[in-house]
Amino acid sequence: MIRKFIYGIDELSRTIGHAFAWCVVVLIAGTCYEVFMRYALNDPTSWAFDLSYICYGALFYMAGAYTLSRGGHVRCDVFYRLLSTRRQASVDLVLYVFFFFPGVLALIGSGLEDGYGSMKILESSVSSPAGVPIWPMKMLVPFGALLLALQGVAEMLRCVVCLRENAWPPRLHDVEELELQLIERYAKGELKPSVELPDFAAADSGGAK
Amino acid sequence: MSEPVIALVMLGLFVFVIMIGFPVAFTLMAMGIMFGYYAYHQPQQAFFDNRVFDLLTQNTFSVMSNDALVSIPLFLMMGYVIERANVLDRLFSSLQVAARRVPGSLAVATLLTCALFATATGIVGAVVTLMGLLAFPQMLKAGYDVRLASGVVCAGGCLGILIPPSIMLIVYAAASSVSVVRLYAAAMIPGLLLAGLYVVYVIVLAMVKPKLAPMLPKSEPDVSVTKIVLMLLRSFFPLAVLILSVLGAIFFGVATPTEAASVGAFGSLALAAGYRSLTWQGFKESVYLTARTSAMVCFLFVGSSTFASIFAYLGGDVMIKNFVLGMNLSPLTFMIVSQIIIFLLGWPLEWTEIIVIFIPIFLPLLPHFQIDPLFFGILVALNLQTAFLSPPMAMACYYLKGIAPPRVTLVQIFDGCYPFLALIILSMVMVYAFPNLVYWLPNQLYGTR
Repeated sequence: MIRKFIYGIDELSRTIGHAFAWCVVVLIAGTCYEVFMRYALNDPTSWAFDLSYICYGALFYMAGAYTLSRGGHVRCDVFYRLLSTRRQASVDLVLYVFFFFPGVLALIGSGLEDGYGSMKILESSVSSPAGVPIWPMKMLVPFGALLLALQGVAEMLRCVVCLRENAWPPRLHDVEELELQLIERYAKGELKPSVELPDFAAADSGGAK
Repeated sequence: MSEPVIALVMLGLFVFVIMIGFPVAFTLMAMGIMFGYYAYHQPQQAFFDNRVFDLLTQNTFSVMSNDALVSIPLFLMMGYVIERANVLDRLFSSLQVAARRVPGSLAVATLLTCALFATATGIVGAVVTLMGLLAFPQMLKAGYDVRLASGVVCAGGCLGILIPPSIMLIVYAAASSVSVVRLYAAAMIPGLLLAGLYVVYVIVLAMVKPKLAPMLPKSEPDVSVTKIVLMLLRSFFPLAVLILSVLGAIFFGVATPTEAASVGAFGSLALAAGYRSLTWQGFKESVYLTARTSAMVCFLFVGSSTFASIFAYLGGDVMIKNFVLGMNLSPLTFMIVSQIIIFLLGWPLEWTEIIVIFIPIFLPLLPHFQIDPLFFGILVALNLQTAFLSPPMAMACYYLKGIAPPRVTLVQIFDGCYPFLALIILSMVMVYAFPNLVYWLPNQLYGTR
């Protein structure tokens, strides 16, 4: 039951994170189009600048919960990883209450107020004559924070499961950094070094005797 | 309690909580809210009328619309695509053939491959693991010393965060409001200098102690010059042209960094397509990883913006300034002390946290010591190379260990990195002694300020 809930939230964060991740493609396409229009046709667009930061902002902000669900936010684990799994879980559980929710909940509340105010006047960007609307982006602030809060609840439940079962429930995997993929495949024996090193193993065992 | 004392408590509590291991971005945000609530609190005020809530929302939105950070996802995307473009083995084998007569040729080729590839990708881990699978076993087979071979792979792989277009410099520029363009121009020569020092060190070592890096047996018949040129044309030049056009567009003011990064990302897709290694799977992975890594970096800015304004509002900045100025340091001592602190921060922390959170503490002090934030930034960028290489938290070494033959120990890898750490420090001394290494290129391009 708890697990179902955790993985449900993970799945929600992943879906939204993945959806907004495609903003990078829009960002590349839009900016390349602008460069082409300006240099090749001498006819710059009026919206490319606004498009660029809107794509960037939406991209990283809405991926926050997805990143959290994959344990991707920077943390300093020098001491953390020395703790036992149970200790890690209890430390996290307490720290989530004090050092996660205050910020995120505040962002939902005041972000909603700010976003609603912006939506009422259909606020648009002041940096170009095209009048690109920016109120949807302001509305993303509370929604992204809401998603983070949900993910935070899921993370706390992870700690609870871990305290009960003495092991972290595994995280969902979709994509991994290349180095981690390579290290994992190497450990499984799927990857071989570029050249065989037979002498090495022999010399090593010989030396050990 | 007076307010600066509260600021001190805030900083101390923050350091304590992140040392326990809680995600840094959210710690910053929560502590900004809690201490900000206290700082802005007025009697008879409703709970939600506190100004700190508006501050948080505005700061969050201004990070989301900060056009200086837009190039981060773009350069990340470019890196992830190139990483998956299967260009590395061609690049390495052609450079290795081209350098075959040079003493320590395999190590030199590894360093050159790393420098170019890491510059294009800007990501440390992938370069070290890919080269660890590709070049490292070849060096061992050729009888290279394990320590030397590991040092070369680790140190070479880290060059990408220094040599432009690097993401670290964008983050520094955003944190210090130095222009990215000037910073890129300034980092160019020091970056190449460091890479050059590595290469010279390896060549000299191979000449003095050929046992550590034996020459390869001559292949009969020798590879013809035309063939080498052809190999280089197919591997080295496309990547070099991509990087140089991105940098050229930025340096000569043809395009903004965002535009150049977009074109670079587009170019990387074209490059991958040219090598017939552009797969839907790889493309999807690149898109999703870009989102995750951007979130990781940019959420730090979201947290630190509020944290830093509250810290300053409580008088924390002034207190630190008075404290440091009270010590009557000479500019040189200040520089040395601050670089040592950054070096020490580098072993528990990653460069992202150091630049976004701790560098802004040093920045207001710089004018008092007549240090240019641009110059300081270059020294920091050199210094943070060590963060990946110095034990106990040397990420580059762990990545290499993860794919090295079992008999290679972590201690050997660490040992291999020490000479390169010394070279990094040497490069910092050289840059400090000859500031023109930093200023020459930006002054040529944009005139003196």
